[in-house]
Amino acid sequence: MIAPTFNLRHQGDHCLSLDFGDTILAETGLICLAAAEKIRQACLPGVTDVVPSYTGVAVHYHADAQTGLPNFQTLSEQLAALIKSGLAQTERTSRTIDIPVCYGGEHGPDLSDVAKATGLTEQEVIHMHCAPGSMVFMLGFAPGHPYIGIHDPLFALPRRDVPRTVVPAGSVAIANRQSTIYPTRLPGGWHILGATPLKLFDLDRPQPTLLLPGDQILFVPISSDEFDRLAAQQNQVQG
Amino acid sequence: MSVIVLKPGMLSTFQDLGRFGQQHLGVSVAGAMDQRAHRLANVLVSNAPDLATLEITLTGPTLRFTKPCCIALCGADLSATLNGQPLALNRPLIVRAKDELSFGARQHGTRSYLAVHGGFALTPVLGSTSTYLRSAMGGWQGRALRRDDEIPLVQPLKNKALEELAMDLWALKIYLPSALAESRQPHVRLIKGQQWKEFTPESCAALLTEPYRISPDSERMGYRLQGAPLLMSTPRQMISEGTTFGTIQVPAGGQPIILMADRQTTGGYPKMAYVASIDLPRLAQMGPGDMVSFKAISLEQAQALEVARAQAFATLAQTLQPMRTLLLNH
Repeated sequence: MIAPTFNLRHQGDHCLSLDFGDTILAETGLICLAAAEKIRQACLPGVTDVVPSYTGVAVHYHADAQTGLPNFQTLSEQLAALIKSGLAQTERTSRTIDIPVCYGGEHGPDLSDVAKATGLTEQEVIHMHCAPGSMVFMLGFAPGHPYIGIHDPLFALPRRDVPRTVVPAGSVAIANRQSTIYPTRLPGGWHILGATPLKLFDLDRPQPTLLLPGDQILFVPISSDEFDRLAAQQNQVQG
Repeated sequence: MSVIVLKPGMLSTFQDLGRFGQQHLGVSVAGAMDQRAHRLANVLVSNAPDLATLEITLTGPTLRFTKPCCIALCGADLSATLNGQPLALNRPLIVRAKDELSFGARQHGTRSYLAVHGGFALTPVLGSTSTYLRSAMGGWQGRALRRDDEIPLVQPLKNKALEELAMDLWALKIYLPSALAESRQPHVRLIKGQQWKEFTPESCAALLTEPYRISPDSERMGYRLQGAPLLMSTPRQMISEGTTFGTIQVPAGGQPIILMADRQTTGGYPKMAYVASIDLPRLAQMGPGDMVSFKAISLEQAQALEVARAQAFATLAQTLQPMRTLLLNH
């Protein structure tokens, strides 16, 4: 059990945010996930969404038919009491998901640029990206779109100066020591290292998102033949 | 038993109160831009507030009803007509089989909401019938209406005694309390955020005194404003976090963006202030080219106004009990 320090603030009249830090760190991310879980399980009247992010948790609330609109002051007190009562689990105990990635070539147009920028060979970039210890901090930007980190400081690259207007679905990209995977064709300014044949978001699955906040991620390099084989398999499964 | 789309209009999508409970998965809330008009249209036809209405944008559709039903139209005045005759806003009306609802010139507002007693027969996606266009999710096949679409209705009326019902409904005196009327305030009210004091004094003064123009690329996702630039005293990078309907965020250029119904679930721009929920409907009825100015109120005031509006809706639903009985007994 730990009882982390935090700050509470409003985000307008329907949302309240708890801040557990101001730097992107795995430990802070784990605290945010544990706090989000605890708040979700408390099922407070009027609370509709509990959204963990890198350093905080946003708690969205609406008027409840029985109790009316939760008042910022009383909801703050309820949330503060919940967190102060202690968070059970902040170690990495969640599931690990393997993400097969075909690096470079047509799937990873920025691999050579990233190698140049970091002073590594392409093989070294891939090796470092596949190191264990990455975690999904949050989903955002688009349905099922993960923010994965926190990578080696060598990957502290700013986003591309000119974002691409279209990034293909499945693209695996890095910026600012983080990775993301584009669930669908989207605009994007991150550096694309490769692509995965896995579907990140699919409404026909009982759990539409492939990943959940807190998942441990292991990127696994695959050949382009293997990519094509897995992609075909995915499409078959989908019918 | 359906509504046939003869002309789709500029952007007609089904929306409810929003797709809640999925934001931690990156799924946007969507929902009606003007929740006041959406709720009002529903309550005027005896629907629960979470049934989808048709959100009609600027240039309205032409719809033909194949069965009689009870409808209400609220929000923007887009010169709606029924078989060519002007249609009254903000009251329940009976339409007959083969009636045609169409729209003309924009008189005021941007978005009109059509509710049908019993609702449109739509399949919920992740707990909501709101259309989220970017992910082609929800509403009618995840998209805006197209010509020749046929939208089934859950509960059309019977032909029997329809004229009496129409007369009875027309005779109902419906009094809209001021809390439910469209806001006549000259300003959109906002609540200062935690990062307010990180902006220069000139920027803080500008946001509360200068008018801002709503730019042409403003839509359901966000309104881009053009006006005096808003600058941080010491610009810094923010860490992404959850966002809300009405967040006034400020990218480096200093031209603010107000996040609206289709906003992304997380964002990393500095957030200067938040539009009070009471005035989001007013903002939703403004459109490209309109000028908006702001006034600060406290969080407590904003919440008190919200509670007053919710209570007014509850009271209105109660006073409309005779109408519910009429529709139930039909």
